[in-house]
Amino acid sequence: MAHKILIVDDEPNIVISLEFLMKKEGFEIAVANDGEEALAKVASFKPNLMLLDVMMPKKSGFEVCEALRADAANADLQIVMLTAKGRDTEVAKGLAIGADAYVTKPFSTKELVAKVKSMLGIA
Amino acid sequence: MLSGWFILFLSTVYMAILFAVARFGDARADAGKSIISANVYALSLAVYCTSWTFYGSVGRATSGGLSFLTIYIGPTLMLLMTGVILKMIRISKVNRITSIADFIASRYGKSQLLAGLVTIIAVIGVVPYIALQLKAVSASLEALLHESGSDFLPWWLDSTFLIAALLAVFTILFGTRHLDATERHEGMVAAIAFESVVKLLAFLAVGVFVTYSMFDGLGELFQRAAASPELARLLQTDASRAGTWTAMILLSGLAIIFLPRQFQIIVVENVDESHLKRAVWLFPLYLLLINIFVLPIALGGLLHFQGQPFNPDTFVLTLPLARGAEMLALLVFIGGLSAATGMVIVETIALSTMVCNDLVMPWLLRYSRIGERKDLSRLLIVIRRAAITLILLLGYVYFRAAGEAYALVGIGLISFAAVAQFAPAMFGGMYWKQGNHAGAVAGLLGGFSVWLYTLLLPSFARSGWIGNGFVENGLFGIAGLKAQALFGLGGLDEISHCLWWSLLVNLGLYIAVSLTTRPDALEAGQAERFVDVFRHSGRETDTRLWRGRASMEELLNLLERFLGKARTHKQLGAYARKRGTTSWQKLPIDAGLVHFAEAQLAGAIGSASARVMVASVTQEEDIGLEEVLDILDEATQVRAYSRNLEAKSRELEAATTELRAVNERLRELDKMKDDFISTVTHELRTPLTSIRALSEMLHEDPRMELSDRKRFLGIIVSETVRLTRLINQILDMAKLESGRAEWTTSEVDVREVIRESMDSLEQLFREKGVMLTGELPETCPLVMADRDRLTQVMINLLSNAVKFVPGETGKVHVRLSADTERVRIVVGDNGPGLTADECNVIFEKFRQGGNTMTDKPQGTGLGLPISRQIVEYFGGNLWVESEPGAGANFIFTVPLPGPEEQQ
Amino acid sequence: MKQASPTRQRLAALSLIGAPLLTFPLLSLPEGNWIGVPAQFFYLFAVWAGLIALAAWVAERKDK
Repeated sequence: MAHKILIVDDEPNIVISLEFLMKKEGFEIAVANDGEEALAKVASFKPNLMLLDVMMPKKSGFEVCEALRADAANADLQIVMLTAKGRDTEVAKGLAIGADAYVTKPFSTKELVAKVKSMLGIA
Repeated sequence: MLSGWFILFLSTVYMAILFAVARFGDARADAGKSIISANVYALSLAVYCTSWTFYGSVGRATSGGLSFLTIYIGPTLMLLMTGVILKMIRISKVNRITSIADFIASRYGKSQLLAGLVTIIAVIGVVPYIALQLKAVSASLEALLHESGSDFLPWWLDSTFLIAALLAVFTILFGTRHLDATERHEGMVAAIAFESVVKLLAFLAVGVFVTYSMFDGLGELFQRAAASPELARLLQTDASRAGTWTAMILLSGLAIIFLPRQFQIIVVENVDESHLKRAVWLFPLYLLLINIFVLPIALGGLLHFQGQPFNPDTFVLTLPLARGAEMLALLVFIGGLSAATGMVIVETIALSTMVCNDLVMPWLLRYSRIGERKDLSRLLIVIRRAAITLILLLGYVYFRAAGEAYALVGIGLISFAAVAQFAPAMFGGMYWKQGNHAGAVAGLLGGFSVWLYTLLLPSFARSGWIGNGFVENGLFGIAGLKAQALFGLGGLDEISHCLWWSLLVNLGLYIAVSLTTRPDALEAGQAERFVDVFRHSGRETDTRLWRGRASMEELLNLLERFLGKARTHKQLGAYARKRGTTSWQKLPIDAGLVHFAEAQLAGAIGSASARVMVASVTQEEDIGLEEVLDILDEATQVRAYSRNLEAKSRELEAATTELRAVNERLRELDKMKDDFISTVTHELRTPLTSIRALSEMLHEDPRMELSDRKRFLGIIVSETVRLTRLINQILDMAKLESGRAEWTTSEVDVREVIRESMDSLEQLFREKGVMLTGELPETCPLVMADRDRLTQVMINLLSNAVKFVPGETGKVHVRLSADTERVRIVVGDNGPGLTADECNVIFEKFRQGGNTMTDKPQGTGLGLPISRQIVEYFGGNLWVESEPGAGANFIFTVPLPGPEEQQ
Repeated sequence: MKQASPTRQRLAALSLIGAPLLTFPLLSLPEGNWIGVPAQFFYLFAVWAGLIALAAWVAERKDK
């Protein structure tokens, strides 16, 4: 059974590119455009991994991450934070609240795919 | 029927009551529970009202009408100068001053000469005044006995002498209980306050009796007086005597603080400076009350005794007696006795202190071997008691010798004029540091001589004791030297004449000599201590003004000799505690201790003698005048420095606060800049992310389907466009904010700008099916602006509007209007509208309104901030008026140029 | 610099007002009879009493 990946971003063009990239690798994909939608999709879609943008309307990526980590049911969910703000403090903050990896935009598609695969245990 | 013995018995009983009151006061003081309250203090000031007031005021009113009031108005006005009196009290407390002679002497370098001079003036001026009191008692006694037809006392028993002797005993008992004259005589003060009440009640009683029992109230009295041409003149003051009126007020104003007994009560006997607050109105109230019935009694007497022989000075007694009111007459007699005894007791204590400390002690210390005795405290008390006896005896002798002579009757004001001579030296000493010893001596001597020549000696001449040639024809027959018309200054009464000349000479000499001579070192220090008494809280200057060596043994010895062992040890113990040492044996032998010892001694023997004694047991270094002035100067400078320092530190504090605020602001700006850069980074990276991801996929997957390929390339192009626009706007914003933007200002027709902008966006509106309408006036004034920038604003507002209105049903309306001051452009739409919060937020950088998901690549979040910057640059405003669901009106104004700019 | 106390200044001001009120030439203004007593008699005592009342008010007022 294919791994499930949830893409969360408010930029339509980024969503388009990520969706295409991950589908090509054979993952099952779902999309959310803001934080609240993301939480709802996690509950219904039950992804194995989540690509989570930080700067979003309604709920920021940090808030989403914190909310997910507060629920033990999501312990297995891998979270990769994506941010266009490259400051070190934000990387540290993201990791501190329970993100598994942190990727700055713009990212290399190859590296992102490699990282996602290794995190899911597909070598 | 009043018998002489009965009256004498009554007097003795009254004196016994006085004794009891005084004993009670002393006992309470010893127990540490002083009965001297503010009220008692204020009442004791009424020792000012002697028998001269009690009997004499009515006498004066029968001849001078209302002019007797000046003697009481002056003190009222003087007492209101609370600051002056408070300073006198403070100086005296700090320097342990015990009399007015000591005050003046201490100020001018602890001068024995000045102390003696002031004492002599006081004794000469005041002893006859004491005699006058004895005479008043004698006269009242006589009136009482004569009217009631009683026998006189046996020839060998003189009632006045008896009274004088009783007074001497009383004064000795309560005036010399302690040696230290700064230790107050609380029992005596209590007795004086009691006497004040008695004499006031007695006088009010006779006043009410005469006015309402003998006559039919004030109205009738005044009516009847007005009917008689002789009495009518008493009801109206004589404006031609205006000078005398003012002079009397000045004279009595000075007397209230410079008469030795007044100085004693107001200054020396003051327990608490705050009592002055009560005295400042209660004492004048007392004066007012005791004077209300003076004129009515005078008129009543004149009306009652018309055509008979009478003595107006005894009206208060003879009027009740004439109606057979013997008990009232007795009360009045006791009241008069109160007035006389009160004055005699306090005056004698004050004078005896001065005589002992300022005349006898210096003489004994200098010319006899008495200074070597082991214990002098007993001797001091003996001297003081002898002085009391002597002064009373002098008074009695003068009374016997003068009899009815003018020199006695007129002595009240003559006495006032004598003590007025202290005024220049006293006031100058308190407020003028340059006033010095030589000036004070010259002024006092000059003033005193003039007083002697123009007032006292003429009064002797009038009494027939000496020839009156110098009054009638002038000394040596020189007309200009006529004693009461000096240098031809006539037309004045003798008191005003004397006051004018004596104060002129006194003040003139004091100032002139002070300005032309230099003080010595000691004096300069004292001047500082007196004038700046409120500022000298610390003892630093005091201790720096004395240098030398002393031994504890010798100082102790000296103090014990004058104060006695017990007292010395008690005082030293208290001083040691104040210095923070457990016992006085451990006190450091320094300037402070020497100063303390000298002050203690000054309380007992006066400052001048104390200085001599302390100097005799210590090896003092001579500090020259220059050095003293330097030290004082330095002290003044230190004070100035510390004031400056305080001001500086306040300034620094203010500056620090300011700096902190600025720093805070900078930090805020820094954070804003940081946020801005972070935001810009984010905004730039977002399109780059799509571009990079899509390009990489295109690059790596050559077999990608054509439709995807086309779609991705389209996204890449639009993201690139967005990126370019973003960079342009950021640069534009940065230029505007840093003020480096280029502006080409010219006259612009706003209508054209609007029309062009609408035309250029027509395509966009048509594509979305939005209706765009304009409402432009026929004419519109030109504004001064940059045409391209204005177009930029217009296009920004229009493209924002089209972005947010719904397709097909959307409407955008542009309206231009103008008044005399500005043009106003409104871009209205029927879009979703904005909340009040959003109305502000949208003008911040990178904050966009509405759902950005729909059309994200279009907006950068910089359009409105840039537009606002531009409009504000032209001096206008840009804002939005909107409510959710009701569309939005973006409004901006551009001001019209002023008339002078138009030319 | 130590400021002179306001109470002391107010009392001194009373003194300075009182002096011209209780001397000539102002003193020659009241003439004739006021409520049954000679005008000047009435004037002198009234002004004097007024000064005393004001002084009492100023001196006894509790400072804040």
